[in-house]
Amino acid sequence: MSKQKLQSNVDGASEVVFRGGGFKTVSIPWVGFVVFALLIAFLEWGTRAGWISNLTMPRPSDVFATFVDLWRSGLLWEHLFPSLTRLVVGASIGASAGIGVGVLIGLFSLIRAGLVPLVSAIFPIPKIALLPLFVIWFGIDEASKYALIAFGTFTPTVVATYGAVDNVDRSLIRMGQSFSLTWLSIVRKIVLPGAMPGILSGLRVSLAIAIILLVAAEMLGAEYGIGAYILEAGSLYDLERLFVGVAILSIIGVLVSAAITMIEKHLLSWRT
Amino acid sequence: MELQLDNLCHAYNDVTVLDRISLRIASGKIVCIVGPSGCGKSTLLRLVGGLERASSGAVLQMGEPPADSINPLTYIFQDFALLPWRTVGGNVSLVLEDHGIQGERAEAIISDVLKRTKLTDFRKALPKQLSGGMKQRVAIARALAVKPAILLMDEPLSALDSQTRELLIDDLIALWVREQFTAIYVTHNLNEAVRLGHSIVVMSRRPGQVRAIVDIDKPLQQRQLGDADLELKQKELWDLMREEALAADQELIRV
Ligand SMILES: Nc1ncnc2c1ncn2[C@@H]1O[C@H](COP(=O)(O)OP(=O)(O)OP(=O)(O)O)[C@@H](O)[C@H]1O
Ligand SMILES: [Mg+2]
Repeated sequence: MSKQKLQSNVDGASEVVFRGGGFKTVSIPWVGFVVFALLIAFLEWGTRAGWISNLTMPRPSDVFATFVDLWRSGLLWEHLFPSLTRLVVGASIGASAGIGVGVLIGLFSLIRAGLVPLVSAIFPIPKIALLPLFVIWFGIDEASKYALIAFGTFTPTVVATYGAVDNVDRSLIRMGQSFSLTWLSIVRKIVLPGAMPGILSGLRVSLAIAIILLVAAEMLGAEYGIGAYILEAGSLYDLERLFVGVAILSIIGVLVSAAITMIEKHLLSWRT
Repeated sequence: MELQLDNLCHAYNDVTVLDRISLRIASGKIVCIVGPSGCGKSTLLRLVGGLERASSGAVLQMGEPPADSINPLTYIFQDFALLPWRTVGGNVSLVLEDHGIQGERAEAIISDVLKRTKLTDFRKALPKQLSGGMKQRVAIARALAVKPAILLMDEPLSALDSQTRELLIDDLIALWVREQFTAIYVTHNLNEAVRLGHSIVVMSRRPGQVRAIVDIDKPLQQRQLGDADLELKQKELWDLMREEALAADQELIRV
């Protein structure tokens, strides 16, 4: 209304077009849920109406019922607990070793020259292909699964970390030197906090890879675990149970990502 | 403590940046350095503060710094160089922690310097919440906290608008009147130079040499914006620099 008034008041005048929008992330948390809900509702409708055959896609409500059964029978925890243990142990080892080595690469030219080619060489190896090797080295038990997950998390974390260290503002480091801070203080108080945004966004990728490798590890010689559960369902073509397993993995992924977002909010509130 | 620059030369690869610079920085005086862009002023300051090694020549420190000086040669940077993840107070305490000053002693120093730079109310603020002028005042507070014998300032006010700059010039003068610190002040703003400098070193274009040294005897606290005698000094400086600046500009075109 006021806009029209403005236009009629002054002859030949029109308001300047606003073009400053976009390119700004605002958090709209509910949209994600709506997308999930719409997708599930669509599948439910399709399978009920019959234009999606039950053979190609299980009905979401059936999947949910299977999940409830799994929960009631207590088997859910029997599968979930070992999986989460493997994920936490393996990913912690891999991520902390990765951050450590990444920082060393970022700080020392000699280590960089020696290790960067090596990291580039092992990064593209599908870690699953090395599973037999890990079994020989660490046995068929948990240790080989930890090793596989740790190894898979390690390389992307290294790459993200040394990139983040490289990106730390050199003028801040120079400032630290000019006030005669010790080397350790400069690393602890300037380099590490400055690299934190890059390290955390690297962890987002590494932890997703850890979940992928968790299933791979469990598909080979695990009695319990989400991966074993999925493998068993798959071999029987039991789509409902297969989807229950897959959904659990997705939920783990969403939770991990949400946890990182929370850590970022807490640690990186200084960012503009 | 005084500084003596003795035949300082510096080259990056094959490019000579500084050529036989000899200067004496007397205790309790502010020496301004002006010169065309790229003549090596920032390089000179890095050599003086020990952040870079000169190709030849030496920076000599005459006499011991005062016993209570925590970091005798202290910089104030053009881009402030504040840690964005630390509050105003945290940025000041950063430079004390490493010298073993913590707890009550640090507290006393921090509140004192924040008071002197009129930042007491912003102690808990993060750098992103501050204006440019306030950020530079934090950097000044941080520098004062380590009780420098000599302040090295590289265009400290260049990133600020002219009103803020005027206010900070007054602040710096007030700080100097309170305790006569020694400073090397690099600037390309001739007005800043005549307001703050006891002597002004004019450098030639690259390779930077000392072209002239202009002294101003008028006490700092009596200098005002628009003083006629300062205007004359500024004109004198500009006449000295004009050709150099022109030539430096041409050089850039040829590159
Ligand atoms: N690290 C470096 N490596 C190579 N050349 C450099 C380096 N630092 C500066 N130079 C060169 O040395 C010369 C002097 O640079 P310096 O930054 O000291 O100039 P300046 O007088 O401070 O200029 P300005 O007024 O623009 O700040 C420039 O030609 C620059 O390109
Ligand atoms: Mg410079």
